[in-house]
Amino acid sequence: MNQNQNIGRYGEDRAVEFLKRLGYGLVERNWRGPSGEIDIVAKDGDCLVFAEVKTRTRLGFGHPFEAITEDKIRRMRALASQWCQAHNLGVALVRLDAISVLVRDGRVTIEHLKQVF
Amino acid sequence: MPLAKSYAISLIGLNGSLVEVEADISSNLPGFVIVGLPDASLSEATARVRAATVNSSLPLPNRKLTVNLSPAAIPKFGSSFDLAIAIAALRAAGTIKNQERFLYVGELGLDGSVRPVRGVLPSVLSATHLGFEKVMVPQANFAEASLVGDIEVVGVDSLSEAVARLAAGSSQRRIQVQPSHTLTDSAGESQESSLAKDVADIYGQPFAIEALKIAAAGGHHMLMIGSPGVGKTMMAERLPGLLPDLAIECALETTALHSISASRNRIGSQLVVRPPFEAPHHSASSAAMIGGGKGVPTPGLVSLAHNGVLFLDEAPEFQLPALESLRQAIESGEVTIARSAGIARFPARFQLVLAANPCPCGFAMSKKASCRCTPMARQRYLTRLSGPLLDRIDIRLRITEVNSAQVELDRKNPNRADSARLRAQIARAREAGAARNRIFGFELNAQAPTSALRAIYADKVALTATLDRALRAGQINLRGYDRCLRVALTIADLAGREVEASDIAQAMILRGEDQLGAA
Repeated sequence: MNQNQNIGRYGEDRAVEFLKRLGYGLVERNWRGPSGEIDIVAKDGDCLVFAEVKTRTRLGFGHPFEAITEDKIRRMRALASQWCQAHNLGVALVRLDAISVLVRDGRVTIEHLKQVF
Repeated sequence: MPLAKSYAISLIGLNGSLVEVEADISSNLPGFVIVGLPDASLSEATARVRAATVNSSLPLPNRKLTVNLSPAAIPKFGSSFDLAIAIAALRAAGTIKNQERFLYVGELGLDGSVRPVRGVLPSVLSATHLGFEKVMVPQANFAEASLVGDIEVVGVDSLSEAVARLAAGSSQRRIQVQPSHTLTDSAGESQESSLAKDVADIYGQPFAIEALKIAAAGGHHMLMIGSPGVGKTMMAERLPGLLPDLAIECALETTALHSISASRNRIGSQLVVRPPFEAPHHSASSAAMIGGGKGVPTPGLVSLAHNGVLFLDEAPEFQLPALESLRQAIESGEVTIARSAGIARFPARFQLVLAANPCPCGFAMSKKASCRCTPMARQRYLTRLSGPLLDRIDIRLRITEVNSAQVELDRKNPNRADSARLRAQIARAREAGAARNRIFGFELNAQAPTSALRAIYADKVALTATLDRALRAGQINLRGYDRCLRVALTIADLAGREVEASDIAQAMILRGEDQLGAA
């Protein structure tokens, strides 16, 4: 694992902790599908939540959310349906979330956007 | 407050309509969209506003920002909305709490500076009509905006200054306003140059200078025909120097037209107090003449010369459509331009001065050189100036060459005319004329409506006998008849007395013959 992957992994761990605190049930992590990877699959009540986590230690390349492009959202949408197929889920209440983890000076700031489509 | 608004102005021509800038911040991935019929440069405001806020240390939240320019049906152009968009966005973000009702005009630089834009004067004028009491403009446009009374103008150099002003609120005393701009301290370079050229530079043409003086005093259109080098251009260039300073309403009108013109680099200009002088090259198109533009109507040369002089040197060389397009402007004193973005009406009350050679080689009237043109070429040349156009010109002057004896004589003449003296004389004549004309609702003799002429000459039937005879003989048409009456009024005003028969005779001589090519 290289430095960036370490940071990414660390951010995802913090995001999972954060979701658990919110009362979400973790379903799966780092699921690989034909179109790529889903960072976190969780359950918020009846709703399936597919979350993309972005972690940064600096803001030099912009806010973590700014790294989630149109293209990334399109792939997440495809992955969500692929995940549902793989788990034989027909109709499900589904949501795409974005989570930003900012690690600076030993402090972690988490921002959570629901329903980013 | 996730939803906020501010106000801006969308200018079509000189008319501004109110634009409400609404900003909404929603919990979504970062993005910045502007809706409400923006054009390309306005859509680019997203990049400018985003960078300007960050570099002013007033960052917008990393969420989705939607800006709506309402009413969405009005097309909106240019960069003058930047400041209003930034203020609305910062209000939505909660950075600005103050909800004062300002109207904002200004472009943002990436560094957060507020840069000057075109059309500030008409925008601020519209703001007063829309009932605004405060406008915020770029500091560089402050002088221009301050020309409008009845409104508090705040000039800012940067976005952070604008935010500081709003944070301080109305309780703070007004930001130091520079002393209000008066007519005297606003002369630009071009305005001074019109006074730098003196008729005293012209030797041996007392008759032509007399005609120039009459044209200046009455605002009459003028045509000069003469061989190359007799001083046609010199005389035309000295006409604006003979005209008095513009009255304040006229100055505001002209400044507003110059302010929105794309061809004038007059961003942040001050009041135009000297009559403008426009001398286009003869390749000018009719769109350049009357106005045009892609999408948005912009004023043409006739409007830039509003309250001043439009000089067409080598008039027969101009494209016919360009020349003929002048006719309506001359008649109505305004032009109406329709483009996809809307219809604009621009005032265009100018004094037309045409200069022409008598023939292609230029020497048809010369005593020194012989003309090399065929009779056909000679005839064709001046007929390029159409009858309807020439008919609208009051003073049609043939300027002959001067010989060295005349120049010598003139040089020794202690009473030679100079511009300063003529200007005083002309100002007096204009006042005398205006005192009479105001009863009939106009100022300059050249603008006298027919009904007013009839009333003024009602008790002077005996004077017009020569004109009546010319009319009966077909030497003059009815329009020419009226035009002679107008010039005669000016001649009398210059002399400081009532109209006499000799004035009408002189006016007829100045009008010259209708068939120019026949000379």
